[in-house]
Amino acid sequence: MQVGENRTTLLLLNAAPWVAFLAVVVVFGVLSDRFLTIQNFMNILTQSSHIAIMAIGITFVLLTAGIDLSVGAIMYVAVAVLALFLGGIPVVIAFPLVGLIGVALGAMNGYFVIKLRGQHPFIVTLATLFILRGAAIFLTDTRMVFVEESVMSLGRTSYFGVPWAIWVFAVVFVIAWIVLRETPFGRQIYAVGQDPTAAAKAGINVPRILFSVYCICGFLAAVGGLVSIAQVAAASSTFGFQIEFPVIAAAVLGGTSLFGGRGGVVGTVFGAVLIQTVQSGLVMTNATPYIYPLVTAVIIFLAVLIDGLRTSILDTLGRRKIRVEEIA
Amino acid sequence: MTPPHAGGEAFLQARELSKSFFGVKVLKEVGFTLDKGEVLGLVGENGSGKSTAMNILGGIHQPDSGQMTLAGKPYRPTGPKDAQRAGLAFIHQELNLFENLSIEENVFISGFPKRRGLPLINRRKIGKETKRLLDLVDLGHPPGTRVGKLSQGERQLVEIAKALGFDAKVIIFDEPTTSLSRRESEKLFTIVGRLKAQGIGVIYISHILGDVLRVCDSVQVLRDGAVAGGGPRASMSIDKIISMMVGRKIGNLFPPRESHPGEVVLDVAGLTQPGVVKDVSLSLRSGEVLGVSGLMGAGRSELARILFGLDPFKSGTITVEREPLENPSPEICMARGLAFLTEDRRAEGLLMEASIRDNVALSSLNSYARGLSHRLSWPKLDRDVAEVSDKVKVNTSDYIRMLVKHLSGGNQQKVVFAKWLLRQPSIFILDEPTRGIDVGAKLEVYKIINQLVLDGAAILFISSEMEELIGMCDRIMVMNRGEVTGFHERGDFDGERILETAMSVGLREPEQADRKER
Repeated sequence: MQVGENRTTLLLLNAAPWVAFLAVVVVFGVLSDRFLTIQNFMNILTQSSHIAIMAIGITFVLLTAGIDLSVGAIMYVAVAVLALFLGGIPVVIAFPLVGLIGVALGAMNGYFVIKLRGQHPFIVTLATLFILRGAAIFLTDTRMVFVEESVMSLGRTSYFGVPWAIWVFAVVFVIAWIVLRETPFGRQIYAVGQDPTAAAKAGINVPRILFSVYCICGFLAAVGGLVSIAQVAAASSTFGFQIEFPVIAAAVLGGTSLFGGRGGVVGTVFGAVLIQTVQSGLVMTNATPYIYPLVTAVIIFLAVLIDGLRTSILDTLGRRKIRVEEIA
Repeated sequence: MTPPHAGGEAFLQARELSKSFFGVKVLKEVGFTLDKGEVLGLVGENGSGKSTAMNILGGIHQPDSGQMTLAGKPYRPTGPKDAQRAGLAFIHQELNLFENLSIEENVFISGFPKRRGLPLINRRKIGKETKRLLDLVDLGHPPGTRVGKLSQGERQLVEIAKALGFDAKVIIFDEPTTSLSRRESEKLFTIVGRLKAQGIGVIYISHILGDVLRVCDSVQVLRDGAVAGGGPRASMSIDKIISMMVGRKIGNLFPPRESHPGEVVLDVAGLTQPGVVKDVSLSLRSGEVLGVSGLMGAGRSELARILFGLDPFKSGTITVEREPLENPSPEICMARGLAFLTEDRRAEGLLMEASIRDNVALSSLNSYARGLSHRLSWPKLDRDVAEVSDKVKVNTSDYIRMLVKHLSGGNQQKVVFAKWLLRQPSIFILDEPTRGIDVGAKLEVYKIINQLVLDGAAILFISSEMEELIGMCDRIMVMNRGEVTGFHERGDFDGERILETAMSVGLREPEQADRKER
C-alpha cells in the first residue's frame, strides 16, 4: 500500500514553503550584507502589509472553496472615493466609511455568488473586477488622485518604533486568527469549505456563510487600499492592478487550498511575507527588474502545484475502501 | 410486515408508506414498527426500497401516502432538520463528518456553546461534553483530535457520539460494517448493545446477514419496494432471508439467444489492488456474456475501471486477445478493442449539452480525420453515425441537432451504445446498462446486447438485477468485498445460491484476519 509514501510526500509538501523561505533568506543573506538587518525586515513587513491584509481577506473566501478576483478593483474604488469625496473629512470618520464601501462591494460579490449558484465565483468576481475598475476609472477620469496630508502622515507614523502599517496588519491578523479558530462562524467556514452539502445537513446556513466571507474580503481589500495609499500618497489608474495575483498566491503559498476547507491566516501571512522577501532580495542584489514578474510567476506556480499535489494525495488517502486490508 | 399492534404502542410506526419517482412506484405500502430498545434489521437487494424508506424517515423525501407516528404523535418530517429534532439520527455509509475539523467541533458544528458574553466557542465546555460522549462509545482520543486522523471505524463512533449528543431516540445505521475491520465491527456491535440497553431504538440496514441475525431483535425483508416478509430473530435464518429477498420471478422478458462462445479474448489473472480488489481471475470468450453479480460495494465497478485502465492495479495480468495489456490507459484499452459503458451515464458516459451526433462521434473522431490537416470528414461521419444510431434504434430523426439531455434514459443509453459501436470494439464492459430505464427500453438494450454477441463480441455484464443476469448471461461471476467468490454456469443458475455467494453471511476472512489483528 502506498499510504506510507503518500504521508511522507504530504509532510514534504507541507514543509516546502518553509524550506523555500529559509532558502530565500540564506541566499539573499549571502548575496547582500544589507539583507539580514532589522531595518530591512521592518521594510519587508511594511511593504507586504497591504498584500498580507488583503490575503487574509481572501483566505476567508478560499476556505469556502470560492475566490475573489475583484480585490484589486475594490481597493482602487475605495481609495478613489476617499481621495475624491472624503477629502476634508477627518480620517477617524473617513476610514470607517471607506471600510463600509469595501463591505458593500464585497456584499455585492457575495450576493451574486449566492444568487448565481452554479456560476463559479471566479466568473462572478471576474465580472465585478471589470465593473469596479471601470467605475473607478470613470470616477477618476483616469487621472491620478491624491490623498490628504493627514492620511499620508499616518503612513509615516510609528508607534513604539513599529510603523503604523504593521500595526494594522497585526490587528487584522490577530482578529482574523481568533475568528477562524475560536468562533462558531470560523469553524463553520471550514465546514462549508470541506463539504457544503454536509454543512447544510448539519444545519449551517451555507448562503449566509458565503455572503459573509465575501463581505469580509471586500472590507479587508478596502483596508489594504488604505494602508497602501498611506504609503504611496497617490493612486494612478493602475492602483491595485493585478494585485489579486500576489494576494491569492500569498494565501495559497501559505497552505490555504483553492479547493476549500484547508489552511488559515498564519500561513497566509507567511506567504505574503515570503513573496515580499523575494522582491526585496531581488532589489537588494540589483537583479534586473525584468525578472521580477518571472520570479513571482515561479512562486505562484509552485504554490498552486503544491496545493494540487496535496489535494490529490489527500483524496487518495480519504477514498473509501471496499476491502479492509488488515495491517499487522 | 404490517404493524402487528395497530394500537400505536410501538415507539416508531410507519404504515403503508408509498412513493413513486417519475411514475415508477419504488415503495409500495411498506410499514414497520420499532420499539424502544429494539434493534430492527432491514434487508433487501439493491433497489428494493430500503433507501427510499429511510429517506422518508429522514425527511429527505415525502411519502405519496401512508403515515408515521413517533412516540404516539404523528410524524411528518419535511427535512433532515425535522428528523433530527424529532430524535432520529442517521449513520450513513458515507459519514457526514468534516475531516478538517476536530472531533469536538464535529460534534457541535450545528450549534456551539459560547463563552459568556463573548462570541467565542466555549472550548472547555465542548471538550468536556465531547469527552463524556466519547466515553459512551469507548473512543479514547482527545476531543481535539482532527477527524481526518481517525480510522473509518473511529469516525463512525464519532458519528454515534454526535447522535447521542443531541439525544437521539432512534439511530439508523446504513451498512455500518462494510468499511470496518472485524475488530471494529465487534466493537460496533457492543455499542449497539449499549444503545439498546439505554432504550434507544436502532434500525440496522446491512447486506451482511450474519451480522443482522446477530445484532437484531427482528428482521424485515424488502423486495421490489414491498415488504417480502419478516419476523422476530428466532423465526429467521439466513436461508429464509435470502429466499425472501430473491422471491420467485418469472423472466420471459429476456429475448432468447443461442450461445456459441469462441476463443478467449479477455483473460485476467490474479488482479490485485490493495483496498479494492484481490486476486481476481476471469476469462471471457467472444460470443459470450459473462455476468458480474455482487452487492453494492463488492468491487464490480472498481474492477471494470481497472480493466479499462482508469484505475491502477498492483499485481496480476490482463491479456487481451492473447497479447498482454501493459500499463493500460483508456486510450490503449480502446485501441485494443475494449468499450466501457459506465454506471453513471450522466457524469461519465455522455455530454448532456451536446447533440446525439457529437456524442456518438466523440470517441471516434480520430478515425474520421483526414490528411495532414487532420480535418474531420463530416459526410462520412454523419453517414456512419446515422447507421449505428439506426442499429440501436435511437428514437429520433434529428441526430445532428437533438441534444442528449432531452432524450429519455433509455434513449440516452442507446446513444452510449451507438458511440461505442462506431469504434467496432470486440469486448464490451457494461456497468449497470439498464439502470434507471423503463422496461420497454430495457428490452431493447437486451436486444442490442444479443445482437452484439451474435456478431461475436464478448460482454462483461455488471448488474445488480439478479433476474437480468440470469436471463442474459452465459455465466455469472460473483464478487464480494473485492474478491471473486464463485462462478455459476447457465442452466445451473439459482438466484438464491448466487445471492448466497454474494453475501458475506457474516464470515469475512475469518481466522486469517483475526490472526493478523492479534
